[in-house]
Amino acid sequence: MPTPSRYWREIPQRYRFEANKCKNCGIVFFPPRLICPECKKREFEETKLAEKGKILTYTIIRVPPRQFVDQAPYAVGIVELDDGVKLTAQIVDCDFEDLKIGLKVKLEFRKIFDEGEAGILCYGYKFVPE
Amino acid sequence: MRDVAVIGVGMTKWGELWEKSFRDIFVESALLALDDAGVDRIDSMYVGSMSSGLFVGQEHIASLLADYLGQAPIPSTRVETACASGGLALRLGFMEVASGMSDVVLVGGIEKMTDVSGDEATYALGSAADQEYEGYHGITFPGLYALIARAHMEKYGTTREQLALVAVKNHKNGAKNPLAQFPFEITVDSVLNSVMIADPLRLLDCSPITDGAAAAVIVPVEVAKKMKKPVIKILGTGHATDTIALSSRKDITWLESTYQAAKQAYDMADKKPEDINFIEVHDCFTIAEICVLEALGIVEKGKGGEAYEDELTFLEGKIPVNTSGGLKAKGHPVGATGVAQVIEIVKQLRGEAGKRQIKDPRIGMAQNMGGSGGSSVVHIFERE
Repeated sequence: MPTPSRYWREIPQRYRFEANKCKNCGIVFFPPRLICPECKKREFEETKLAEKGKILTYTIIRVPPRQFVDQAPYAVGIVELDDGVKLTAQIVDCDFEDLKIGLKVKLEFRKIFDEGEAGILCYGYKFVPE
Repeated sequence: MRDVAVIGVGMTKWGELWEKSFRDIFVESALLALDDAGVDRIDSMYVGSMSSGLFVGQEHIASLLADYLGQAPIPSTRVETACASGGLALRLGFMEVASGMSDVVLVGGIEKMTDVSGDEATYALGSAADQEYEGYHGITFPGLYALIARAHMEKYGTTREQLALVAVKNHKNGAKNPLAQFPFEITVDSVLNSVMIADPLRLLDCSPITDGAAAAVIVPVEVAKKMKKPVIKILGTGHATDTIALSSRKDITWLESTYQAAKQAYDMADKKPEDINFIEVHDCFTIAEICVLEALGIVEKGKGGEAYEDELTFLEGKIPVNTSGGLKAKGHPVGATGVAQVIEIVKQLRGEAGKRQIKDPRIGMAQNMGGSGGSSVVHIFERE
């Protein structure tokens, strides 16, 4: 479970969707990287994630990790955003029967789970159908 | 570089070993390997373990196990690359013998997974995924492979029944392996009616939580030839990495690390996929076996599911896969799995595989994988 500093450190990505873009080959990275794995260059410009995309694949988690017990069953998918970034997150506000590969979704800021012992509310992004 | 051979192997029965400690489980298997090789001392050892810290709260295990194996002060090294730790232990041992640094090296693997609750075991296994960008969002290991399965079904038309056949085939083989955790057969219906874990994967698509260890002794081929056992030569070794976050891959259905590791091993061994007689692969989930066969070049990309319709990979098929029962039926003590695969290859090549013995095999391959494919280790073996 995240300690306060570990949680705080990820806030730029989880709250503000901050990414970076390789100045040489234009690939957007999320989370931001220090070296481009494609061209090995180290110059980047700051950017933010495109907030719309489509589902590449999904599953329904029925046996969850402990901190997600009160949410199961829930859907998790990999979504390809319009800027080419692919990321894993829950897909919510949607009946499981309506989920399908190719479905258009958008990124929203939501609560992810409660950290039981210290009572930290852990926030981040989830996908909802457009 | 010197040629290297496996000269001794050892493994005790796997399962929920309540009465046995972490150190005893390892030492029992390692002693069997020393006895099989006919040696009582070694120059060095490598131990694969994914997460002894989270499973039994014990780190510094390379020294602990060397001590209880009666071999201190030899150098002993722990190796970790998630569920491929055992395979990587063999590769590092191979490099040490091939380089001339040591003559007799023990390579082993261990995981004791039942000293913690199911929740804690799930957490420990989940640490092989990207904690900040996968685990944080509630994805589990069955969930990650379910994402691969759904994408593979959509892209290539792989069916739910084809996935079930992977588990049916591995249990059929495992029923013939007295050391397997679940030595019994299952049916397609029982897989399709087992409880859903992460759609479309059900309980019987998943490998179990297991306590177990495995060990092998490797020596230079010229030394092996003076010993009494058949010489099983390590022809090729390969090891590669990929993003540990599944979402970062160009193609979610393709195991690039396995493809790259296999390419290295084939090139070193000067062999092609069609030269391989049988394979042990990392079937942590049914879909994994299908994707691995594609990445190894045994079947065409996208055709992995179809291979199960005509029983190509069954014990009597053209290229038997997981004659041991695989991770599914034999069990999956994660750090030990890669070494246990080697044991099955050696037993088959020596003709010591009992009821599951295949006819006169000459060349076998083992593929061991970490996480959702973030690492992969491949070895090719030949009976001299």
